[in-house]
Amino acid sequence: MADSHVTEYGLAHHFSSMEQQREAGTIGMWIFLLTELMFFGGMFLVYTIFRTTYPAGFEQGSHLLSVQLGGLNTVVLIVSSVTMAMAVYYSQIGERKKLVGMLTVTLVLGLVFLVVKYFEYREKFEHHLFPAMGFYAPDAEHLAVQYHQQVRVFLWIYFAMTGLHALHMIIGAGMLLILILMAHKGRFTTSYNSPVEICGLYWHFVDIVWIFLFPLLYLTGYHLTGH
Amino acid sequence: MSENTGHHIVSPRIYVAIFSALMVFTAITVAVARFDLASIWGPLNIIVAMTVATIKATLVILYFMHVRYSSKLTQVIVIAGLFWLVIMLVLTIADYMARSGWPTPLGQV
Repeated sequence: MADSHVTEYGLAHHFSSMEQQREAGTIGMWIFLLTELMFFGGMFLVYTIFRTTYPAGFEQGSHLLSVQLGGLNTVVLIVSSVTMAMAVYYSQIGERKKLVGMLTVTLVLGLVFLVVKYFEYREKFEHHLFPAMGFYAPDAEHLAVQYHQQVRVFLWIYFAMTGLHALHMIIGAGMLLILILMAHKGRFTTSYNSPVEICGLYWHFVDIVWIFLFPLLYLTGYHLTGH
Repeated sequence: MSENTGHHIVSPRIYVAIFSALMVFTAITVAVARFDLASIWGPLNIIVAMTVATIKATLVILYFMHVRYSSKLTQVIVIAGLFWLVIMLVLTIADYMARSGWPTPLGQV
């Protein structure tokens, strides 16, 4: 709580101490994340209402998704959350090289997630399971005709929720890229590392959204057998 | 929880422990989903899945996002936000349960 704050590296002039600045940054990020929570919450609400109305369609729709790929992406995201947490740790103890390393691994894992997602989406397009723009024409071999309309609602929700989630991943990857460049230039010190910390909060939030999406979308129809 | 100027550095050992817990819970939720528990009780599958997901999310919030070690003000903000989410979910779902006819039946089976 020294008064010599003008000389402290990384301290903006409108804060009286590094601690106050860090606290303000953390709270600001949390306020933003709570707006995100209400935003995704609205989509989970839509999911709940339609699943209650069309339980059979949601099980059949979920059965069209690959638990293997969804599970792989779940593991990828959990590992990326750990490496992000480790990046925050290395920024706190001032290990620049390890900080850059952990941020890079996190970014790579984020990109792996997006690549897997791309292959999942492509497979859905190939089977005419994208629900909009005239694409939707599932064959009876893939999906019994009586489920077509209900499953279309499920697929709308699937693409909307995973698409928004993937958009957040892309934004997170961009943030990581900036952090890597800043860390590489030695911008962070043991007392100034808030950017790493609050980008970490965002990354973990996106992971939490997936923690709920995975069972709701992929596992709902996992107990069904055959097509 | 906080030593120097209120900032806590979480040890990597805790991160590894939380990682292990998250992986175990993921395995549990996938294994349970293999079985149709509706024969025991209709909503049992979804209850197990959402309980596991909530535990996983809580671990991430408390440890990866440091809320357990954060200031009281941050903790109050997080809890207030979750409370608001619950208001939105509960009141809206209560409204849908109290009326019928929408969403309309589609391709009844």
